[in-house]
Amino acid sequence: MRQTVEAERPAPHWEDGQTGARQRHFWDSEKRLAVVMIAPAILYIACMVGFPLVLAILYSLSDATTGDPSLHLVGLKNFRDILQDPVFRKSLGNTFIFALVSQTLVIILSQALAMALAKEFRGKWLARFFILLPWTAPIALGTIGWLWMLDSIFSPFDWMLREAGLLGTKNALLGPLSNLYWLGEPALAMTSVILVHIWRIMPLATVILLAGLSSIPQEILEAAEVDGAGFWRRHLRITLPLLRPIISIAFLFGLVFTFTDMTVVYVLTRGGPVHSTQVLSSWAFFKGIEGGDLAQGAATAIFLFPLLAGVAVLILKMARRSEVT
Amino acid sequence: MRSLKKLMERATLYGIVTFFALFSVFPFYWMLIAMFKRDHDLFNPSANPFLFNEPATLEHLRMLLYDTLFLKYLWNTCVVGMSVVVITLIIAVPAAYSLARWSGRWGENLGIGIFLTYLVPPTLLFIPLSRLVGFFGLHESLGALILVYPTFTIPFCTWLLMGFFKSIPKDIEEQAMIDGCSRMGAMVKIIFPLSVSGILTVVVFAFTLSMHEFIYALAFISVSAKKTISIGVPTELVRGDVFRWGPLMAGALIASLPVAVIYTFFLDRFITGFTMGAVKG
Amino acid sequence: MAQVETRGLTKSFSGVKAVDRVDLASREGEFLVLLGPSGCGKTTLLRMIAGLEEPTSGDVLIGGRVVTHLPPRVRNIAMVFQSYALYPHMSVLKNIAFPLQTQGMRKGAVQEKVQWAAGMFGIQHLLHRKPRELSGGERQRVAIARAMVRNPSVFLLDEPLSNLDAKLRTAAREELQQFQRRVGITTIYVTHDQVEAMGLGDRIVVMSDGRVRQIGTPREVYQYPADTFVAAFLGSPPMNLVEREDYLMGFRPESFLPAEACRGEGEAVECFEFVVTWVEDLGSDRLVYGDMGLQSAHRHVISKIPANVNLGIEGGKTYTFAVLKEDLRFFDPKTGLTVNGAPEP
Repeated sequence: MRQTVEAERPAPHWEDGQTGARQRHFWDSEKRLAVVMIAPAILYIACMVGFPLVLAILYSLSDATTGDPSLHLVGLKNFRDILQDPVFRKSLGNTFIFALVSQTLVIILSQALAMALAKEFRGKWLARFFILLPWTAPIALGTIGWLWMLDSIFSPFDWMLREAGLLGTKNALLGPLSNLYWLGEPALAMTSVILVHIWRIMPLATVILLAGLSSIPQEILEAAEVDGAGFWRRHLRITLPLLRPIISIAFLFGLVFTFTDMTVVYVLTRGGPVHSTQVLSSWAFFKGIEGGDLAQGAATAIFLFPLLAGVAVLILKMARRSEVT
Repeated sequence: MRSLKKLMERATLYGIVTFFALFSVFPFYWMLIAMFKRDHDLFNPSANPFLFNEPATLEHLRMLLYDTLFLKYLWNTCVVGMSVVVITLIIAVPAAYSLARWSGRWGENLGIGIFLTYLVPPTLLFIPLSRLVGFFGLHESLGALILVYPTFTIPFCTWLLMGFFKSIPKDIEEQAMIDGCSRMGAMVKIIFPLSVSGILTVVVFAFTLSMHEFIYALAFISVSAKKTISIGVPTELVRGDVFRWGPLMAGALIASLPVAVIYTFFLDRFITGFTMGAVKG
Repeated sequence: MAQVETRGLTKSFSGVKAVDRVDLASREGEFLVLLGPSGCGKTTLLRMIAGLEEPTSGDVLIGGRVVTHLPPRVRNIAMVFQSYALYPHMSVLKNIAFPLQTQGMRKGAVQEKVQWAAGMFGIQHLLHRKPRELSGGERQRVAIARAMVRNPSVFLLDEPLSNLDAKLRTAAREELQQFQRRVGITTIYVTHDQVEAMGLGDRIVVMSDGRVRQIGTPREVYQYPADTFVAAFLGSPPMNLVEREDYLMGFRPESFLPAEACRGEGEAVECFEFVVTWVEDLGSDRLVYGDMGLQSAHRHVISKIPANVNLGIEGGKTYTFAVLKEDLRFFDPKTGLTVNGAPEP
């Protein structure tokens, strides 16, 4: 669009019949411009997100496989089938357990970390870089590091425990075996997945909380100090209530990311041992993509949707209520 | 008396920070050591894992770079990343501007709607999307990823940019329109130059999000030569049940670090965008 | 009620002295104003008295007790911040109750005191509202109620009126002053507004660059400024300063009048030639700008003629203006200090 002074230009326009009377250009119509600018995004999302979403629902109501991908509808058969499948039920449970446990811990821990990072100290830039690494490094690659740390033979944790005498000897606290099977023993495997989730989401939660902390006016905390409040009272009665919306947002985001995660489970355990760390996403992947059963895969994944929709609504409510003063 | 309290406060501060910093960096520290340790040293359960008990070796690195398709994976990742960045910019920048300046219920709701699509998980969409990819004949090609990745980069970057655009006062544009620009002209001549840092942030985030992506890449590509770093390293450096730990760690670290450095650098900018976008609603 | 004292109080930030060896002693029950331009150290000084900043050296005493390194909550002080710092998530009632709860007071006693404080400031009807629902003036009253509810011995205020619009400000000023007179609490008040300082203070501490320039009653600092800074800072328009022989001669615009309007005559008066450049009619006064007939660099001076003096003054003309000799002040041009000597603070 050339920059011209309105009066000098002849008016090609679509609005009035009279040339020269209204010097408006096609692009001057605000409404039109706004719509044109947003159209590609809406179109893309409708085709690549909306349409597939509908397709996913249709698949879950069909008997499609990669061999015969036609949409032959069979009603709720798939849902009945998977609800009977113990692996599915375990996946469903795990999905909730992993997400809720890890995020609860994250929220508590990240509060401490955020408050620490709000202060000035030497080497802060380095500490910050390290603390952000779990989030800034690609998920799959960071998880690979954990694969070694939790290895059944070579785990450095086990080495440290052995050196400390807590493992590997007859009367050791953690047992006589030379290794804890972090990824091989069902309960430990679940713990390991939760641990990696915590490790990965901490930076995100901390950053969000830090932003929230900095939005609390300094004077309010000083007034509380003058009014006689010590550290804990200030934290519990002033800081926390004011941070509540931000904490909720951090919690909900973390929940979404862990709830829908497939990568950590896939890289760490492939869902094992014996499906004890399977989650909805990974199970849907194994069934639908690797197993070729499109219908059941889709049906499994659909279960993610209600919780996500609920979380989305909550996030919106929190975001609206986020004004501090 | 006061100084003792201060000392304890400082000690707690350093304690907390050190603990979390170590906790976060541990696996990467590991990757760094493993990448240079000789196999004999590495696979010795009784040797101290934190030290080099035998001299370091560059063998793993050599193997990674010459005997595997690691460099090809890097190349693929860059191709996908760059293409996705371009697509995202073309679509998200006008969309964000439109939403930022469009006051009223429609504008707000559309903005929220677009953001919400970010929350739709890949694991829900990958089955239908794999059919779509097949339909376009893009199976086993980078094109599949380039087609599909904008489903998360566009919503996220639109939301990010909305925050940036909103922070530019309307007065400046209105001044430009009085001075003779059309709406479009004002956008190009005034807004874009002022939003360079926002656009840069979008470039970085679109690239890093593409680089991090695992699920779609795993679902749509199984041909080795076409893999990206994110799936190439975890899947290809395993022969049967044997993990080639040395090169595996080297690959993971080399692919992670540059991204992490750039991402960290841009996180400050992101935070300003976030607090403007989400907190202020 | 207690006396506040600072001895050699200093605060440095990376080598720069924000507060430089300030010695201060308030009298009991007095309204002491810390006045100065931005950056002069007045707020830092106040915060050190409150305990929110650690001094680099020197001492703070409240009621004769050295409190220099004690935290704010044991100093029994109350503070009102510029933004009022009301807890946004608590109702007015909870805001006022907070300082009492930190002391562990019983619920019943807390309720009583809150009602008493609210009554004192006429805000009982606001007790269940949140701060964001209140007007500026109402917020100020809540902030003061919260401050007073503990019966503190010292009351500190950091520019509390600067967020109010002009009309509210005068009303709030009056309210504040009446309240302080009634309760008789030692008050230290920071402001950059010299009109506010003159109106509110029993004594004014004029500061610049971290140092105290003068301490005195409003009349003292206005009529007998200790140096050129004080002379120029107080008064609107500020004191005229012209070079004369080896001194700087100062006189206030309202003391510089047409010879016919001057109260004295003959020996008591000094006359000057005055070439008028510009006249501003402000309604209540006229400001006359012009050059004095003196051989010196600073010749441009301002005269303030009250409206009831009806002499015609025009730009471009020359008149004879006069000052009472007793209204002249002299300053050393190198140090800026007054030469006649200021009265004892």
